[in-house]
Amino acid sequence: MAYSSEDLAIMDSIVKRYPRPRSAIMPLLHFVQSRVGFVDGEGIELIAKILTLEMAEVSAVSTFYTQYKRQPVGEYHVGVCTNTLCAVMGGDAIFAGLKEHLGVENDGVTEDGKVSLEHIECNAACDYAPVVMANWEFYDNQTVQSSKDLVDSMREGNPFPPTRGPDSLVTWKEASAVLAGINDGRAHEGVQAGAPTLLGLKISKEGK
Amino acid sequence: MSALTPVLSAHWDEKDSFTIEAYTRHGGYTASQKALAMDPDAVIQLVKDSGLRGRGGAGFPTGMKWGFIPQGDNKDHYLVVNADESEPGTCKDMPLLMANPHVLVEGCIIAAHAIRAKHAFIYIRGEVTHIIRRLNQAIEDAYKAGHLGNGVDLVLHVGAGAYICGEETALLDSLEGFRGQPRLRPPFPAIAGLYARPTVVNNVESIASVPAIINNGAEWYQSMGTEKSKGATLYSLSGHVNNPGQFEAPLGITLRQILELSGGIRTGHSLKFWTPGGSSTPIFTDEHLDTPLDYEGVAAAGSMLGTKALQIFDETTCVVRAVLRWTEFYKHESCGKCTPCREGTWWLVQLLRDLEAGKGTEEDLAKLLDLCDNILGRSFCALGDGATSPITSSIKYFREEYIAHITNKGCPFDPVASTLFVGAGV
Repeated sequence: MAYSSEDLAIMDSIVKRYPRPRSAIMPLLHFVQSRVGFVDGEGIELIAKILTLEMAEVSAVSTFYTQYKRQPVGEYHVGVCTNTLCAVMGGDAIFAGLKEHLGVENDGVTEDGKVSLEHIECNAACDYAPVVMANWEFYDNQTVQSSKDLVDSMREGNPFPPTRGPDSLVTWKEASAVLAGINDGRAHEGVQAGAPTLLGLKISKEGK
Repeated sequence: MSALTPVLSAHWDEKDSFTIEAYTRHGGYTASQKALAMDPDAVIQLVKDSGLRGRGGAGFPTGMKWGFIPQGDNKDHYLVVNADESEPGTCKDMPLLMANPHVLVEGCIIAAHAIRAKHAFIYIRGEVTHIIRRLNQAIEDAYKAGHLGNGVDLVLHVGAGAYICGEETALLDSLEGFRGQPRLRPPFPAIAGLYARPTVVNNVESIASVPAIINNGAEWYQSMGTEKSKGATLYSLSGHVNNPGQFEAPLGITLRQILELSGGIRTGHSLKFWTPGGSSTPIFTDEHLDTPLDYEGVAAAGSMLGTKALQIFDETTCVVRAVLRWTEFYKHESCGKCTPCREGTWWLVQLLRDLEAGKGTEEDLAKLLDLCDNILGRSFCALGDGATSPITSSIKYFREEYIAHITNKGCPFDPVASTLFVGAGV
């Protein structure tokens, strides 16, 4: 794809955030994903040119981190936590259920390109286990059925909103732009906290 | 009086708690004004006097860490906040930042002043889109209000899915634009950190604790906690309990107390094993319900306070399955730099898979411990060490359960029984 002059200006502003240009490599890779959906050869070449690095140096970084994808993922990328606690509490069953329901394996994408599936590690929401992420937004306290309903809503083009996140689920590319540090103006949406986050505070206010 | 002491979490129940308006309504950004009027060394002394220790796992005294930064060296200094929260079970910093990102921003302003840094960075894990939005917005609003940009600049740096970047030197390599792999120490970051300049790396909760210390004083902070573990902290309760969640309490509270306050173990079940501070801390059992959860108390009982991630597992859980899954995690997340960790975690997984599937032998169990011996303490960072913790501690407490897998030629547990939705038909 061709990057617009506006895209290049954004990339330049990302580089300027840092005292040294090379530090911009990770947000630039997120930015490439926001435009292309994954990290392709052209994106690597462009970042190398902007930062005056070898393409191999940019590739070496992009292949180290699991969030940079080497092939297209779905419009909605679903991650099921199968680290120990979520796995034991239902994550394994959810992941197996989704594989069967979507007809894909780990890292697979549905034929309509809507949903991709990945098993993920602990996502720092253990008090909401079992946890499912979509485009890295929280879907808390999932069951096998609720997660199947969730991916169905995605395939119908009207995904359920996250439990703790914006009022509606953004696409993979839109989320990647947020990770590149671009403000989409939706920080004020959604709850400030879920019930488990507030449990200690509530108990203390009850004087217990 | 409650056994809990909400300080960081005091206003999380207000719907707009994450906005600059809510934060300033509760006295936000007065601590930074106060600190900026103080001599930097006096700020460091105040934090030293408070007894605040690092909340990221190691418990190193925060003020002392700041004091290691050479002063008057005419070099750039950097403050880097570790918001890469990825240790399995750990879930305190992300809800904190979702509910109140400004307390971290204000803490950064104070800490940067103390260590004479003009640049601060927050390295946040990449898998939390909405928290990144909130933090980015908070930084923007703090610039607009003039709290940032007048002496200190703050940049949010978003990671991309690598547990190893929670290790401070790997984090620095990642922030410099390289693969996140740990560095040999010394030199420590205080001497040669980001861009080989003096750098302080602190956990989110450590830095977020600073504004309240500045406003209320060292004595107030010292009044909470135990002799050597001062202050209050966030305990994260998860797993087979009736009510999981965040509990801000003085250091030294026990799991029994937290369970009594929160509603106990899942009804009809009993505590089998738990982690005091994430998967890298040796597991505990029901013998440890009254262990004081402070740095010394947990260490004396043979584990580590770590991140205070209390992951609770009841009697339906197969300990071999739990340990295998953690081990698979460490194998996946080993960065590959050091041979004992890279190869060792791979072999641990092979042996544990066999054991869990009932294809193992008692010799395998001995081999597993021998492998742990050859990983522990033999790599640049603590990832490999952490990988051995669940294995050695589970064999210590549940050796007979490993043996049962061998004699039964399979796992004696029903995985469905441990799920949250058992019996619900889903």
